[in-house]
Amino acid sequence: MSASLAAAALPAGNGIDLDGVEKWYGTTDEPVYALSKTDLSVAQGEILVLLGPSGCGKTTLLRMIGGLLKPTRGGIRVAGHDLWPKGARARNSDAVHELGMVFQEANLFPWMNIEDNIALPLELRGVGRTERLAQARALTRLVGINGFEKRWPRELSGGMRQRAAIARALSYDPRILLMDEPFGALDAMTRDAMNLELQRIWMDLGEGGANPAASRKTIVLVTHSITEAVFLADRIVLLAPRPGKVDREIAVSFPRPRSIDLQATVEFVSVVNELRHRLEEIS
Amino acid sequence: MAGPETDAQTVAAVPAGALDAPRFTLGKLLPWITTPLLLCLMFGIWHVYVEKTGISAFILPPPAAVWEAWKEMIVAPATWDHTWTTIYETLAGFFWALVIGVSLGVALGRMRWLELTLTPFIVASQVVPKVALVPLMIVWFGFGVTPKILIAAVLAFFPILTNTVLGVKSVDRGHRDVMTSLNATRWMIFRRLELPSSLPYILTGMEIGIVLAIIGAVVGEFLGGNHGLGYMLVAKMNAYETDALFAVIFHMTMVGFVFYFAIGAVRRLLIPWHESVARDRAGG
Repeated sequence: MSASLAAAALPAGNGIDLDGVEKWYGTTDEPVYALSKTDLSVAQGEILVLLGPSGCGKTTLLRMIGGLLKPTRGGIRVAGHDLWPKGARARNSDAVHELGMVFQEANLFPWMNIEDNIALPLELRGVGRTERLAQARALTRLVGINGFEKRWPRELSGGMRQRAAIARALSYDPRILLMDEPFGALDAMTRDAMNLELQRIWMDLGEGGANPAASRKTIVLVTHSITEAVFLADRIVLLAPRPGKVDREIAVSFPRPRSIDLQATVEFVSVVNELRHRLEEIS
Repeated sequence: MAGPETDAQTVAAVPAGALDAPRFTLGKLLPWITTPLLLCLMFGIWHVYVEKTGISAFILPPPAAVWEAWKEMIVAPATWDHTWTTIYETLAGFFWALVIGVSLGVALGRMRWLELTLTPFIVASQVVPKVALVPLMIVWFGFGVTPKILIAAVLAFFPILTNTVLGVKSVDRGHRDVMTSLNATRWMIFRRLELPSSLPYILTGMEIGIVLAIIGAVVGEFLGGNHGLGYMLVAKMNAYETDALFAVIFHMTMVGFVFYFAIGAVRRLLIPWHESVARDRAGG
């Protein structure tokens, strides 16, 4: 088997492709154009941030990629699989299995302790208890909440609950992580810490393999925080509202790992300012 | 920045279970002091009132006479036969109310069309004064335990049903999103999300339902047959044994307490994660 061939095939096969995706909400009498025709490609291993004011369709776009919403028109390919195969009424489970979702609320089930919550996706897939709890334990270490496996979710702070939610999304090793304002409900300090942690987790997951970039997760993250977007992204897609549409794309090339101090540099601030001005113009 | 990290380590150092350790605060101890005191006060006033007014023992016997009557009553095997009959009717009626109430409640909570179709009938069945059905039940099912079980079930059914419907409808949208994003089957969504999420509501329905089931069984016994605590009450009334009448009421109260605490134990067993249980444990 040729390693170079496999590597060459990766970017096209393991990322996300949106082809003319559109979303209308509401009834035929009063339709709302939530997202106009959008073409977008996310490369494998890329951190793509969807940034925009409220009503720009960023959450709609993410929920469509996640299969929680069906696009009115257009096709979505996830890791090489059609998410909504033609003629089929249900989502393609091969595509869904490559997607891990993290929401603004941790959405942990309060009746399950932390390790059972993290192992829930594996339980749904029929993985045995011993195996899935071992996996949950490894993940609590990765996200930094080891020691809390037997706790109820209500006993954890907001930041720790969100770590558990990330661990749950990673439990079945999906290639793509979709995050909908994952740190939006946290205070500013915890939020900075979680941004650093997300970067670390993303980089740690790439370690160990022969080719770190190839085993890294693809992340699509929705936020309305400009700083968070610039800090995390390889590429920012700026969305404009009414109807939601892609305004522009900005590549962010600061080397990783990025530290919080980066946020005080002239280069960082100038990217933030550029985005801030554009956001004021379009919203 | 180091906030959650240090936080995590400090809390992790606390041994598991320490956070749940009982706190002997005044709030927790207070009822154990005040309850006996208030009971003594109540019986004292009762005793003094009977002494001073010289009221007829047929109207209000002194507490000591009631106590004697109860002591005499509980050593009689017949009392326990009657008690077990009432407990059996209550539990059997409650069981059927639970089975039908929860399954119908889950169906109605999930299927809007079914809810719209059946709601007029369910409301109608509740507007009928249900104890008015007792004579009819006796005509149909005779003087045995069956009509009492049915009345207990009919009374307990409604709160269990409405609370189950509410519970199924109150499943968090974000939790549903999680299950959808994980491609969960309908059975797993029920088993892992809808059922546990509805349990606090169902238990609330059960708490109301068990009390109504006792009422149903006792009222059924008033009107027909020669068994159960309801029958005992009527028999004592007809015999003008007012002290024994009070003793039966006291006895029924004790039975009621047992049921009440049993449901509380079920609550702690089934939903230890829920706020209602956590708050009890913290004693607040």
